[in-house]
Amino acid sequence: MADAGVAALYVPGTTRVHVLPAQVKVAGAIGLVFAVALTPREAFWAYGLFAATIAVVAASAGLRPSLIARRMAVEVPFVAFALMLPLVGQGERTEVLRLSLSVSGLWAAWTILAKATLGVAVSVVLASTTPATQIIGGLEALRVPRPFTAIMGFMLRYADVLTEKIGAQRQAMASRGYDPRWFFQAKPLAISAGTLFVRSYERGERIQRAMIARGFAGTMPASRQQPATRSDWLIALTPAGAAFAVALASWRLL
Amino acid sequence: MSHHSIVVDDLAYSYPDGTSALTGVSFVLEPGERVALLGANGAGKTTLALHLNGLLTPERGTVRVAGLPVEEPHLMEVRRRVGIVFQDPDDQLFMPTLAEDVAFGPANLGLAGVELERCIDDALDAMGLLELRHRAPHHLSFGQRRRAAVATVLSMRPDILVFDEPTSNMDQAGRREFAEVLETLDVTMLTITHDVSHALRTCPRAIVMSGGRIVADGPTAELLANEQLLAANRHELPYGLGLTPECRRAA
Repeated sequence: MADAGVAALYVPGTTRVHVLPAQVKVAGAIGLVFAVALTPREAFWAYGLFAATIAVVAASAGLRPSLIARRMAVEVPFVAFALMLPLVGQGERTEVLRLSLSVSGLWAAWTILAKATLGVAVSVVLASTTPATQIIGGLEALRVPRPFTAIMGFMLRYADVLTEKIGAQRQAMASRGYDPRWFFQAKPLAISAGTLFVRSYERGERIQRAMIARGFAGTMPASRQQPATRSDWLIALTPAGAAFAVALASWRLL
Repeated sequence: MSHHSIVVDDLAYSYPDGTSALTGVSFVLEPGERVALLGANGAGKTTLALHLNGLLTPERGTVRVAGLPVEEPHLMEVRRRVGIVFQDPDDQLFMPTLAEDVAFGPANLGLAGVELERCIDDALDAMGLLELRHRAPHHLSFGQRRRAAVATVLSMRPDILVFDEPTSNMDQAGRREFAEVLETLDVTMLTITHDVSHALRTCPRAIVMSGGRIVADGPTAELLANEQLLAANRHELPYGLGLTPECRRAA
């Protein structure tokens, strides 16, 4: 069966980045994103160093730049929003290419573009080198409460089942001549979404019954995560450590 | 002291909306017996199965498993002894990987470490799925998912397996392969099915339910030779194939 959804993001490999336990990669990714978030917007050079760090990790994982660029398309709506800010921002204005732009809007756009782009790039590298199920196990190993990881696990498990159902409903509608082009034709889509919601609720009840039948008493068993060694932690936290050093330096140099 | 596997006595149950699903069901299952539970849709077969490990609480009557009443404080032990394999494997396989799903039941029973690993390996091996232990359930074929669902209860080392429509949506070869795997298991089995050939192949005894009660109980071949009984309970032999020699002999 073909992969779909989140599971399809993983690019199989045997590089050092791939084989690291998920918990150290998740911790490293979160650390790197924090360092980016803490860096002042004026320190352009620091953002260049962050991008270079991520590029080095991606290259050592054997990920092609084109693949990363394609997956970063998820950021496009935020980019569009950021590009609007200099046009609609208030306060002091400046002229760029004969356009009157808000100075605070330009800073806000740059901050969103730089920090969001780097954050998305980190997420893309993590998702491309770590199976989604292991990311959840990694979060659990990092002491994220088990009810949260269980919910994530269920979402991941049933996203494909739900996607299949949506596909089947679409086919059923198309086979009876439904070809929506206008907003007023959306009613069957809304009804099918409602039907899926009810069916998912019923499935939830059946799953709970299957869990109780196997002795579930309110606590999910611990996941069976690959243990991490000191060298794993050292390797995974090196990019984040370097990023924190850059962030600290950027505050001192300003 | 040896016990019957399951003793159901005058079991009655109505759903919260008032629908009466069971109206006084009594039967006994002996250790090692393989029994088919036949009947039309709505006859009460699944409702009966849900009482066997305490997922539903009887309105009247009792259920005992290996001598234990199906109620607190015995529910955990009853659930270890009675494994239910539900109709849709997607309801039963809810963990991210097959190994974690198979580990779910024994981990709830308190098993860990080497003992838990052994349970997982044994269950997956019995179902021919050892190589797929790290696969996500949605990466398995339907037949594999069906066998994986059995592995998730086998890992609890049950004495009794209850199947709800185990061969639905399976092709003929898949049904045969599944039946062959079941034949290797040394447990008591109760199989809810509309698949009369599967019932005949795997279960020497059959119980027929209608309107929430048992209307026939006897050798499967003999019951399948009773055309009136089959017709009254919306069961039919495969079109054009007629009675098997085994059924004809019974008739």
